[in-house]
Formats: sequence, structure tokens, C-alpha cells
Amino acid sequence: MNARVDPQLLARLGNGHLDALEEEAIFVLREVAGAFERPALLFSGGKDSLVLLRCAEKAFGIGRLPYPLLMIDTGHNFPEVTGFRDRRAAELGAELIVRSVEDSMRRGTVRLARPDEPRNPHQSVTLLEAVEEFRFDALIGGARRDEEKARAKERMFSHRDGFGQWQPKSQRPELWTLFNTRLHPGEHFRVFPISNWTELDVWQYIEREQIELPSLYYAHQRQVVERKGLLVPVTELTPPREGETATPRTVRFRTLGDITCTCPVASTAANAAEVVAETLAVEVSERGATRMDDKTSDASMERRKKEGYF
Amino acid sequence: MATDTAAPLRFITAGSVDDGKSTLIGRLLVDSKAVLQDQLAGVQRAGATDLALLTDGLQAEREQGITIDVAWRYFATPARKFIIGDAPGHEQYTRNMVTAASAADAVVVLVDATKLAWQAGEPALLPQTHRHALLAHLLRVPSIVFAVNKLDAIEDPALAFGRIASALQRFAAAAGLQAQAVVPVSALQGLNVVQPTPGWCGYQGPSLLQCLESLPVAAAETQETFSFPVQWVEKAPEGSDTRQGRRVFWGRVATGAVAPGQAVRVMPSGQTAQVVQVLDGVRRPREVAAGHSAGLVLDREVDVSRGDWLLAADAPEAVRELSGTIAWLDDEPLPAGRVYWALHGHRWVKARVRRVVHRLDIHTLQPQPAGELEPNAIGRIELALQEPLAVRSFGRARGPGSLVLVDTTSHRTAAALLVD
Repeated sequence: MNARVDPQLLARLGNGHLDALEEEAIFVLREVAGAFERPALLFSGGKDSLVLLRCAEKAFGIGRLPYPLLMIDTGHNFPEVTGFRDRRAAELGAELIVRSVEDSMRRGTVRLARPDEPRNPHQSVTLLEAVEEFRFDALIGGARRDEEKARAKERMFSHRDGFGQWQPKSQRPELWTLFNTRLHPGEHFRVFPISNWTELDVWQYIEREQIELPSLYYAHQRQVVERKGLLVPVTELTPPREGETATPRTVRFRTLGDITCTCPVASTAANAAEVVAETLAVEVSERGATRMDDKTSDASMERRKKEGYF
Repeated sequence: MATDTAAPLRFITAGSVDDGKSTLIGRLLVDSKAVLQDQLAGVQRAGATDLALLTDGLQAEREQGITIDVAWRYFATPARKFIIGDAPGHEQYTRNMVTAASAADAVVVLVDATKLAWQAGEPALLPQTHRHALLAHLLRVPSIVFAVNKLDAIEDPALAFGRIASALQRFAAAAGLQAQAVVPVSALQGLNVVQPTPGWCGYQGPSLLQCLESLPVAAAETQETFSFPVQWVEKAPEGSDTRQGRRVFWGRVATGAVAPGQAVRVMPSGQTAQVVQVLDGVRRPREVAAGHSAGLVLDREVDVSRGDWLLAADAPEAVRELSGTIAWLDDEPLPAGRVYWALHGHRWVKARVRRVVHRLDIHTLQPQPAGELEPNAIGRIELALQEPLAVRSFGRARGPGSLVLVDTTSHRTAAALLVD
């Protein structure tokens, strides 16, 4: 849940709390390095995973990341993001493993009901195939509890059964920082070092640390159509529907995912400081403003997480 | 105890099912303007706002109208940032309440005035009020606040509040816990939650939120002697200066502080060494105090791996047997004689339950004889350890004084153990 905060209040509270959030994230990243044999860090090139990567640089030293980066490619990513992702991984000297939903479709393990349906939910299948292929025992992700109600319920070290499923009714107690990382064969953990960060914290950290992001996070002009209160980007995958007219708007993305279900917001924020200022004044949550796929049902995220979604 | 009110306060709500915890949190969020339009629009039911739906995020929770697991929320007021854990009230989910309380600076125990027989005098409190206040006290949560809710639904709220408050104070005194405040509230109507409602129920004090704004965060245990559980061992890159040892030992300082020159004893090997360099959590050289991550370089090659502890030379000896207070969280009862995994810092050892000493009656607070502990019971046990552990009393040092027990078969986290 992303709180509206008075800018004067922000100035008074400062960003000292970022040190505590960073320290918590680094502690968790090191715990994964110590407790698991084959972890991987999910890296999409998005803002949360770039924040996570900065914390990892501080935890392990530059160029010494002790686990590979894993990307599940839906084939519907913005080219600005995939290019950025490959460049950052190379700069960091990190091993980058990419597995694609389209490969799963070719194998027949993913079947689409309609050719143009969002592929985000199908990432779970490809992700679990990667878990099996590499026998990963922990996947680190940049999910935050403020994103969504089901996420707010999740432990930092979240157990997944042999089918990759989350069992919300029987989560392991998480007492102090004594993380029970015991696993049976075939099970794994999802680990969320930046659970306690909000969208505002992420942007304040990006500003403080001068973290470079894909350009789409800042104001740019693009063709959009207005649909159900959202600005839908016009792309090859998402052409205007009948009766809709594309118009150029100055927008930025608050979140970047599958092209077919990620929407930008109207914005003139050209740098991180301006995004912080805008985030302070927002009236609509990150997902509410940007995601078409979460609106289908109140429980859609929970259902997908139970099925192995991140 | 530190009186730092600049740091974010992490607090949880506790109490029985249906006493309005989720509604209270919804009220705190809405009245402090922390809820966004789409989120508020998502909790309209039959033309009215159902505040509880802001936090009950799981399908099963909405179906059953109860909270199953902790939801964490974030908001800020002009005075402070807050992290709230909305903990479940149902006895079956006590483990999730304990999870939330172990990380909390304060616990708000919510009491439903409509469920108590206050008409004839001081009412008997509900078991979950006892249990949750007691657990918070045992876990050394620095502040406990009682919020008496639903007083708007009572004919004589001032009389009811007076009698309930006095029952709460009597219980607190018997349990040896100090209540920071007893506040009358109506989560539904927003009385005394964010804005104070002077004079209502004969109460003139601050609102619940104003109370919370003034509470301290849990103090780090810097007065104790140095102890440090080794979390991760970093080998120095090839070609780097290895004159001062080749490895950095990373972990979070549990007690005391560490600076270059600190003499350490390695548990369990018993070897000794001196710290020559201290890095903070992000690799800057400096002294590091309890509660913060540090990287330590020693002056000689000694056998240290993840799970070991680095201790001040005058730290207490490691032990093979211990006794402590236990919160039993597994669905199956705890029988004497069984072997569990014990996790202490980052160290795993096998532990046998030698004896269940007693169970605590949560109403009378008296120990009762017990051969085993049933789910959600609080009691005392004795453990025999396969390998020694560098424990201290939880009353003095939370980190070295706490363990969890893990079932060797199911791998479920079965208990929280607080060392005597």
C-alpha cells in the first residue's frame, strides 16, 4: 500500500530509513548465499530488481555476485528493457540465464487460450521448468508487500512445495531473523529482500544511489489509447481496437512487465527526484494505475502465486 | 531502553477473532490518508466501506471473514513512519501472531467491549487477550497498549471502559507486564483512533495513534559483552592483500559492539584470535554495534564457518543443556523425548526434549504439570543438545537467548524457545 505523504513531511522524516531497509536487504541476500546451495536472483531489468542488484553489489562486492541472474522472458518485453538487462549483467560480470515462455509454448507445456492473451501468468510454468532444470533451491525476487494484498501476507523466506506452490494457510512462522530454510528434495524457497520497501522507498533509493534505469521509467512521448481509465500503449502487440484513436501523450511507466498488460501513466517526471515528488502526490496505487491483468478478480494474484507465480 | 521516536515504529495488532483488528488498521490507514483511491474503491460492500477488506487479502480470509496470516502495511503521519502487522486473532493461527510479535516494537492488544460481562463489575477477559499480551511480554516487545474497542455499541461506555480498563490493569500487574496505555476506541466510527475524542468514555488521554507516535523502538543490546553469529564467509579475491587473514566473516552483531583489537573466541572450536578490521554492512571500516551487520577480519587463520559464533573472551561458556520458556506452534503436540533441529543464530544442532517442566495456565498464569504441550500452549521445557550452543538468557539478550525448533521430518517450524 503506497501511502500519500505530504512533501513537507518527507523533508522532515528524511530518508535515513533507507539505511535500515538497505541493511535488511543485504542481510537477507547474504543469508541466501550462506543457507542455500543453488540460489538465483530473478532479474528483469525493472526498477525493483535493479534496486536489489545494487544491494547485492554492496553485500558481495562489485563483480562478485555468488549466484546467477535468472530472467523469464515472455517474449513480450519492451526492447528498451531487454537491452538494458543484457548490458547491466555484462557490466556486473554476472552469469545471466534466460529462459523463455515461447520455448515452453514450443514444448507444449504452455498453451494459450488466445494468441494475444497476456503471457505473465504463464511465466510460472517456465520459471518452474528452470527451477527443475538447474535444481535451484532459492529464487530471490524484488517483490514488495506494498504492491498487493496477497504479497502483503508473504514471508520474506517463502516456502514452495514440490509443485512450486505457495500455501498461504500454512506459512512457516518467521521468528526474529531465525530463518528456517530446511527443504525436502524438489522444494524451493522464494526470498524477498525488499519486502518492506514501498514504491516511494524504491524511488528515494534510486535517487540517492543514482541507479540507472531503463529510459521508459521517465517521461517520454508515445502513442496511447484510453481504455477503462488506463492509458494503453500502442504497440504491434496492442494495436488500437475498433473505434479507438491513438493519441501522443507524455507518459512514464511505474512498473514494467509484459507489454500486453502494462500501462504507463501521464507524467512529466524526467528524473528520479521528479518521480519521488510525483509518487508523494499519487492518488492511485502502482498496480491500480498500470496493470490490466490484476483487475479480473480480487484474488487473482493469490491464485497465481498458489500456482507458482512469483 | 532507547527513546528513539525518529525511527519507524513496527507495531502489531493482536486480540481475539472479530474484535475488529482489521477494521482498526483500516481506520488508521484511512484517517491518516494512507489509502489510495483504487484501494478504497475496492473495499465497498453494499454501498458502505468495509475497512477490514483493506487488509484481509487472502481468498480464504474474505470467505471466512477472519485474518489468517500477518499482513504488513506501511504509512506515515507528520510525526513518524509506521510499519503495521495485522496479526490474526484465531487461536489456530497463534504462530502467525508470534511471528509478527517477534519483530515488533509495540503490540496493540484489542479488546472487544461487547464480548465482556462488565455490567456486574470487573469482567473476565477473553483467553486470547491473556495469551497475546503474555506472548508479547515473553517476547520482550518493548510496549504493550490495550485498545478497548466497540465502545460505541455500548449503552454506558464510560462505566464499561472503566471496569474493563481495571480488569486489564489487574491482569497486567499479575503477569508482571506494564501497559503503556489503555485507550477506549471505536474503530468503526473512528473515535480516539487517529483524532482524540476528549471526554468520551471518561478518557482524556491521547488517541491510539498519538500513543504510538511516542513509543520507543526496541533497543539494541549494546551493554552486553560482544557476540556475533557468523552468517556468511567471504573468501578474499585472488591477488588481494592477505597479510591480515584471507577471509571476511559477515554477520549481524548480536550483543555489544566490535572494533579493531577485540579479542574473540570461536565457538565451537575454542580457538582465539584478534579482530584487525571491522567493516560495516556496506563495507566501510568502522566500529559496529549490536543490531547491525558487520564484516570481521581476524589476525590469524582460524577455523570459522557459517553457524559458528565469535564471542568476547569473557563471554559465558557454551552449554549442552538448557531450559527455557516455549511457545509451541506446531499442529501436533510436543511430546517429551523427541529430537528436533534447533536453530540458534545461523547454527543448526540436534536437540532432544528431555522434559516438559510445565504448561502455563493462561488465565491464572500458574504453572500446571504437563507431560506434553498441545498446539498454541506456552510452557517450560528442558533440552539436551547434541553440540554446545553459546546461549544467554533471553531476558538479557534476545539474539543469543532465542532459538527455534524445527521438526526433523516435516521441516515445519515447531516452536519459539526463550532461554532462561
